[in-house]
Order: sequence, then structure tokens, then C-alpha cells
Amino acid sequence: MVTNATSFSRSGLSDWIIQRFSAVILAAYTLFILAVLGATPELDYESWRAVFSQNSVRLFSIISLFALCGHTWVGMWTVGTDYLTGRQLGGKGTFIRLIYQSFCVLLIAVYLLWGIQIFWGS
Amino acid sequence: MADAVALSVDCAHKNNPYATVCYHVKDTRPVNLDLTTVKFPLPAITSILHRISGVALFFGIGVVLYLLQLSLESEAGFERVTELLRATPVKLMVWLILAGLLYHLIAGIKHLLMDWGLGESREGALRGAQVTLILALVAAVLSWGMIW
Repeated sequence: MVTNATSFSRSGLSDWIIQRFSAVILAAYTLFILAVLGATPELDYESWRAVFSQNSVRLFSIISLFALCGHTWVGMWTVGTDYLTGRQLGGKGTFIRLIYQSFCVLLIAVYLLWGIQIFWGS
Repeated sequence: MADAVALSVDCAHKNNPYATVCYHVKDTRPVNLDLTTVKFPLPAITSILHRISGVALFFGIGVVLYLLQLSLESEAGFERVTELLRATPVKLMVWLILAGLLYHLIAGIKHLLMDWGLGESREGALRGAQVTLILALVAAVLSWGMIW
């Protein structure tokens, strides 16, 4: 079995499951938001805010936010380890990929904290 | 000639004085997947679009979170978002994010179905890719209508 220090769970199988599981949550959340937008064509501030201040929606949003973070990490890791390697970039491949992965982690952390602030605060 | 030398050299040895020869030999071995000469079948195109849309969405999330925060912040913020959404560049950007999201969603569902073993034959994979592209096109047109 190949383990990799920078994969999400150091195991390809766990990453695979995380990606699928989070995909289902994100699909459900996307359809939920589209349904909300579709159900109220003339959306105003009060009803928009009312949707996101329900505890059930808050919970759904936060769970989806965590799913998003896991999903993007596995996805960006997969893309990075496919294209940003020594094979494509020569000797500096691993270094460039680590810079790329650091950037991904940083942006995901920003999204997570920002998202919690948005969903918890409203 | 260089090849003959390389064969007698221990390329893995850390003090190998013929490192450049080893590198040269390694470098000229045939590459079995030259992407510029490969003809991409439709399932390969839907697959790479799935990746491209995923990477694009990674950045699109920032735009979505910004608009969401502003719209939930206050009445004025909500008005500001509706005002922003009237500008053509913003409309275009939001449409690209939405169309990309729906493409990623549809291609993702196809992926999950294939995980279950559905549409794994040569014909099935082609049919799945065709359906994915058609549904994504419909979704892109519908989201265009929703935004404009």
C-alpha cells in the first residue's frame, strides 16, 4: 500500500470515501439552495435571512462547509499529484507541489473560518 | 555508445560519477503517454472538464462566500448584492460559477454511478459522457435564464 504524507488521511481508500461522502452532502446542499432560490423568485432580505437563521439550515450549512473542505482538499491534492510532479516539472516538481499544497490548505482554512463566521453569525 | 556506458554504471549509487549519463538514458526512454498525440474520446473530455470545473470552483467559492456574507449582513448589504448582480461582468462571473457547479455536480453523479458499476462498458461510458454533456448544457442555459 502506498501511503503519502500529504494525502488527506494518508490512505487512498479513506480519501476515496471522503470524496464520495462529501460529494453526496454537497450535491444535496446545492439542490437545497437552488430549490430555495427557485421557490421564491422575488426574494427579499427578510425571507433570505430567515432561511439561514433556522437551526436546521445552519447545521446543514456547517456540515456542508466541512464536506466542502474535505472535498476540495482531496480534489486539489489529486490534481496536484497528477500534474505538479517531477515528471512534468523536473527536479523542482516536489518543491513546487508543496508550495501549491500549502496554498490550498491556507485557502481551505480561510474558507472554513469565513464560512463558520457567515453561517453561525446569521 | 552512451547507452553502453550507462549499462555498466550503477545509477543508484550515490557517488556514481556518470550521473549525467544515467539522467540522459533515463530521459530518452520512451514516454508511453504523450498527451499531444492522443485523440481524446468523449469520456476523456468530460473527465478533464470535471477536473477543470473543480479547480475553477475552488476559487469560485470565494466569490460565493463574499456575496453570501454581504447578502446576509444587512438590508443594505442585500441591496448591494442585487445591485452587483445587475452588472454584466458580475452576471457573467456568477453564471460561470453556477454553470461550472452544475457541470461538476452532473459529472460527479455520473462518477458515482460508475463507482456502482453502471455504464462501465465502452458504449456505456460514451453514452454517459453524452448524457452528462447534454444535461450540463441544459443546466447552463437554465442558469443563464435565471441570472439574466
